[in-house]
Amino acid sequence: MTGSGRPAVGLEALLASREVVVFCGSGGVGKTSTAAATALAAATQLGGRVLVVTVDPARRLADALGLDGIGNEERRVPDAVLRAGGCTPRGELWAAMLDTKASWDDLVRRHAPDEATAAQILDNRLYDNLTSRFVQSHDYIAMERLYDLHSTGAYDLIVVDTPPTRNALDFLDAPQRMADFFGGRLLRWLTAPYRLGGGRGARFVNFASKPFYQIADRLLGTQFLQDIAEFFLNFETMYSGFVGRARAVERLMQDRRTSFVVVTTLEGAPLREAEFFCSELTARGLHLGGLVLNRVMPEAFTDPAVAAAARVLTDDPTRVATALATTGVAALADPVAVARVLRTVGTSFQQLAVVATREAELRAELSRVPEAMATVPTFAEDVHDVRSLARIGECLLGAPLPSARVRADAGAGEAEHRPR
Amino acid sequence: MTDLLDRRLLFVTGKGGVGKSTVTAALALLAAEQGKRVLLVEVDAKGNLPNLFEHPPVGFDPVAVAPGVFAMQLTTEASLREYLKLNLRIPMVGRIGPIAGIFDFVANAAPGVKEILTVGKVCWEVRESIEGRAPWDLVVVDAAATGHVIAQLDAPRTIRDLVQTGPIRNQTEWMMAILSDPAITALNVVTAPEEMPVNETIELVARARAETDVPLGAVVVNRVLPEPFTVADEPVFAAMADGPALDRLRQEAGPAVDTVLDAAALAVALRRARVPHLDALRAGVDLPLLYVPYLFVRDHGLRATRMVADALGAELGL
Repeated sequence: MTGSGRPAVGLEALLASREVVVFCGSGGVGKTSTAAATALAAATQLGGRVLVVTVDPARRLADALGLDGIGNEERRVPDAVLRAGGCTPRGELWAAMLDTKASWDDLVRRHAPDEATAAQILDNRLYDNLTSRFVQSHDYIAMERLYDLHSTGAYDLIVVDTPPTRNALDFLDAPQRMADFFGGRLLRWLTAPYRLGGGRGARFVNFASKPFYQIADRLLGTQFLQDIAEFFLNFETMYSGFVGRARAVERLMQDRRTSFVVVTTLEGAPLREAEFFCSELTARGLHLGGLVLNRVMPEAFTDPAVAAAARVLTDDPTRVATALATTGVAALADPVAVARVLRTVGTSFQQLAVVATREAELRAELSRVPEAMATVPTFAEDVHDVRSLARIGECLLGAPLPSARVRADAGAGEAEHRPR
Repeated sequence: MTDLLDRRLLFVTGKGGVGKSTVTAALALLAAEQGKRVLLVEVDAKGNLPNLFEHPPVGFDPVAVAPGVFAMQLTTEASLREYLKLNLRIPMVGRIGPIAGIFDFVANAAPGVKEILTVGKVCWEVRESIEGRAPWDLVVVDAAATGHVIAQLDAPRTIRDLVQTGPIRNQTEWMMAILSDPAITALNVVTAPEEMPVNETIELVARARAETDVPLGAVVVNRVLPEPFTVADEPVFAAMADGPALDRLRQEAGPAVDTVLDAAALAVALRRARVPHLDALRAGVDLPLLYVPYLFVRDHGLRATRMVADALGAELGL
């Protein structure tokens, strides 16, 4: 196990051998910055064309990467920005934000049989709701966009930050659910009465769906159901395109070129979720690249010798203050003030030591997860520029070495998949 | 702000990872300690809330998890089942499974349907309590995270606008009356002094005002770090961590004292890094701010919940 910020070999090897690395974990653990730092480290240390796809970066980080205000298109982070942050690029760093609405609109335009149907779908208020509120729609569109970007063959490595979801696993099920949703018998069954009528609006309820319509009419009114059915009849024209895509997205997730990295802090709830996530990825036959522990207190804070030193400051500050006064340092002349500061220093350590001890205990309890592949220490500053990303990158991959493996130069010929 | 707990319905939202559930549980505990009978509702979530009372998971029927605090886990299907039973008197004990599946399907695609079943149940408990048919003085809801809470709270209006007839539409009126009454309802936001949670809080408060009629209560600023040193103390700290003073300090406390000084420096830096975010929050939100200190505790069970409740109580002047 590595202590604090020492290089781990695992992630570098993973990045060198994969085309897609998906970062997942529960909300607030630092997924976005870890993904961005990984992409930066890959671009500066391994080379090649590296793309990071983020969902909702902090504004200052987006600014720093030149992502602010752009739409769905990926953009190259200028080398000057990387150099200004103290990085020497070997390859290219590209970044993209995920615009859910724009991605959905693209998808509809692509799969609708004609422009009129596309316009009808896009103008429907149920469509807006489906794409902005349907529980799985964010998850699905993220994976769909990833597939899109990967199939361009323009990137050696795509690092993905997953959307915040109530259940971090939802996005894995999203392609299947979308396929079920649009291909399901349920949808056909629901729209059947309207379809059979020939003209939309006329409804002939068959025996099987009769009880449902009796209840639904009483609850929602006939008109509302008809609106829904009409919308789905339009949507159904895109059925084969949608299901085909959902299957392809699913295959990319299962591909050996794709790996998942679970990010967590050493806190109870995120860690439980990370454990669940690791076992679930494995159970689904997906490749679990490893575990990244983020914002970890230095291990030295659990050292009994350090705790003993802190106790001297909290228990006997006056004696220590008197001793310090003999050094003749002007700022330490007032023993009362010095004793107060000494006590505060000791107390501050003791508070952080409680956190460090809790983290060490949780770490020792890790049973269902692989050994951490990298540990990123707690940094006081926010991650909002290339420099701070590079610092995280060093913890993730180790500092840049002259002998670091370098990818073949990026270029037009790099589109094909690397051999396994 | 002392009247926050005198409302009948408190929604609590927040960005993932800021401690939304802990603060929700603490608000319920605090209200119960003030003598109220509290219904604590977790909506379509993972069922973590009872953990914060060191109580095993609960279901749809409220269970006492602490004196005066009754917790329930609200799911769409359970809400639908109860709704059909209470409102339509539809005998569907045997058929609820497939019907619920279809409703789940419709509810996923149709705006507001899913949300109104759960929010409707919450409003129903409040109305029944006000009219003396249910025992709750206060209903506290661990609501959806900041990204989804507007859709949740605005469900009755969405339904009213989309559904032209039927009993669901007819019921939106009284729900909206409860949700928009500042004497009854308040939406509270939990945040932390960090960039993303603060930005999301400012955006959410603006959206809640623009897109819903739900009154806003307070913003709970969780995990506020203590300020270790006064300005006058800073040069003292700097002086003892350097030169001959440091040598002397090592003699007195042992060489491991270097790590103690590192820890204190980290504590100072962590606190400093959060100051601009606190400033941004104060400038960007015109709601009462309730500060909860960072808890230096080993785990987040009942003891931590109680500490947060105490901090909230002090902030509310209780």
